Amino acid sequence: MVDQSAVGRSFTPVTASVEPGRLRYFFNTLGECNPVYRDAAVARSNGYSAVPAPPTYLFCLEMMDSDKPFEFLTELKIDLARVLHGEQSFSYHAPVVVGDTLTFKPRVTSVTDKKGGAMTLIVVETAVSNQDGIHVADVSRTIVVRN
Amino acid sequence: MDQTAKRPPAIGERLVHKTFPAISRHTLALYCGASGDHNPMHVDIDFAKKAGFPDVFTHGMLVMAYLGQALTDAVDPASIRSFSTRFAAITQLGARLTCEGHITEWLDHQGERRAKLALTTKDENGEIKLAGEAIVAL
Repeated sequence: MVDQSAVGRSFTPVTASVEPGRLRYFFNTLGECNPVYRDAAVARSNGYSAVPAPPTYLFCLEMMDSDKPFEFLTELKIDLARVLHGEQSFSYHAPVVVGDTLTFKPRVTSVTDKKGGAMTLIVVETAVSNQDGIHVADVSRTIVVRN
Repeated sequence: MDQTAKRPPAIGERLVHKTFPAISRHTLALYCGASGDHNPMHVDIDFAKKAGFPDVFTHGMLVMAYLGQALTDAVDPASIRSFSTRFAAITQLGARLTCEGHITEWLDHQGERRAKLALTTKDENGEIKLAGEAIVAL
């Protein structure tokens, strides 16, 4: 079972690019028709330098370009089959657009036992910066481990 | 600029509202590839059953992506300051989701007018799957 010793642990940083083809596939999967996402000219006329990333895409990019997308689970010896996603949050500080290269730095910020140890809640917070060193977002996920 | 031309929406107003087609196994397979989330729980029924579930089920983040889509149908993506959700219940195959967002509060952040939105995603039976909030500059 994961205990407090996990708090503060960090994992391998991930560098990921916002590629137009992969993003198009994501939009096709979701039936996304918003012209700001589907037409670069519309994006530019709305003040973006290129098509913007949609709100949850940072979560995807970190997994997509990681050599070990479930590293934090294996490092903490958590079985993937016993994990549920509890909460997810994004704080956005600057736009992310097609062509950006982002660096994700994940670390464990809290471990909380629930229901007398039947479940453990683990919070992993990830700071995201772009190719210019600008801190563009903070991403936080809470996973629920069924012990 | 004529400040009276565009009045801010009122507290309680529904700013976000969108419905989505039923989630199929095909959707889950496509999302697995498109999102980079290759967790077998969502696409491999053998894995899901072994883990104690009756079938595969929807990625929470697919449901959140739909909620994000509903949100950016209503507001410019660059106006979103934060977006968070709690995954209240597992979203089953076949679920037809409705995403909504109501304004609950106006905030001032260093001179920027921001609205707090209470967000929900419900299935066709009205069961809440996601509950969350967004802060947007309006």
